[in-house]
Amino acid sequence: MVAHAEAHLDHHGDHPPEPHFSSRISPSILGMYLFIGSEIMLFGSFFTAYFFVRVVNGDTWPSLLSSVPKAFPLHLPVYLAFINTLILVTSSFTMHWALRSVKNGNAFGLRAGLLLTFLMGLTFLITQVTEYLRIGFNTSQGAFPTIFFCLTGLHGCHVFVGLTILLFMTIRAFRGHFDPGHHHGVEIGGIYWHFVDVMWILVFLTVYII
Amino acid sequence: MPRNPFRSEAEMFRFLGVVIVGAVLVVLGAWINVWVGVVVAVLAVGGIVWWLMQEPVPGAAEPTPKLESHTPDGTHRVLILVAPGGSAPAIPDRATQVLVVVPALASTTEALTGAVDDRRAEAEQTAQSIARALSRDGRSVRCEVGADDPVLAVEDALRTFGADEVVVDGDDAMVEQVRARVAVPVTRA
Repeated sequence: MVAHAEAHLDHHGDHPPEPHFSSRISPSILGMYLFIGSEIMLFGSFFTAYFFVRVVNGDTWPSLLSSVPKAFPLHLPVYLAFINTLILVTSSFTMHWALRSVKNGNAFGLRAGLLLTFLMGLTFLITQVTEYLRIGFNTSQGAFPTIFFCLTGLHGCHVFVGLTILLFMTIRAFRGHFDPGHHHGVEIGGIYWHFVDVMWILVFLTVYII
Repeated sequence: MPRNPFRSEAEMFRFLGVVIVGAVLVVLGAWINVWVGVVVAVLAVGGIVWWLMQEPVPGAAEPTPKLESHTPDGTHRVLILVAPGGSAPAIPDRATQVLVVVPALASTTEALTGAVDDRRAEAEQTAQSIARALSRDGRSVRCEVGADDPVLAVEDALRTFGADEVVVDGDDAMVEQVRARVAVPVTRA
């Protein structure tokens, strides 16, 4: 142990030693692998539940419990969801623009890109909440409404988390914390935002289209 | 090994573009018939997986840089790699500091399930007995249990213990593997 301590002093002087890890993948990239992997498993479990419920229900899909009055036909706002999808997809493009800008030293592009991404993400979330309020069914009315709210709600939670990250990124961008050599926060946040976008496309296809 | 599309923002963005194209195809298919949409979805997912399998992994073709190691003047540090159950190898007389590394060799199942306690205990026992055998006046000998991959165990040890040479108590293949990964002299015990 004494020799160990001496070795550290010899090599590192008055600063702490380099991180020691048994892997050829850097910890930040490995962390992102694990995080995205866990997220895929989480969404996968919800998709599994969705398709299980759908198969069990047979031909009538989407459906409500038979005890629910048929005053209003079950109608999913596909057009609204499609517009929301376009908004979210566009926000990924502005996110990418922000990253390209910071790599090129374009502070305006970084700030504008992040701000636009945040605003579009917020628009998506507000639109989804509005959709919830006006959709005309709730979780007590059958398996479909339950899994509908679970799947889209899970994604909505991820958008909320993404917006929080984006908010901090935007504030930091306006304070000048990022430059062409230091933009790790924008890069990692961008990966998360694109992941949320990809997941929404899958949710949209599954719930609204197929 | 397929490329990981989540490694950087740019790759993730490109992956998103591919997903968008796939989604458009699924929508068009579903517009014709629901089951056509399902088939298109299956084909799209299969196509994306195939694409990822075909993409070269960035940096895979480049040789892995060798791990360098430095020691202070006036010392001669020797790192010894011994398999569990092995005996103390001969080391140079000029060695002033010695680190004995014994990898906790575990099967794939044991490594995946984390059931490596027995292997680590076995490696620890070997490391301590070798450290005792190599100790003598004026020479500092330390021992530690390494990763389940012998080469990785050497790399890990070199990151905290700068060595002037590495002595491997193993076969020629093992010596060559270690030699390929570190930039210090490697000899076979």
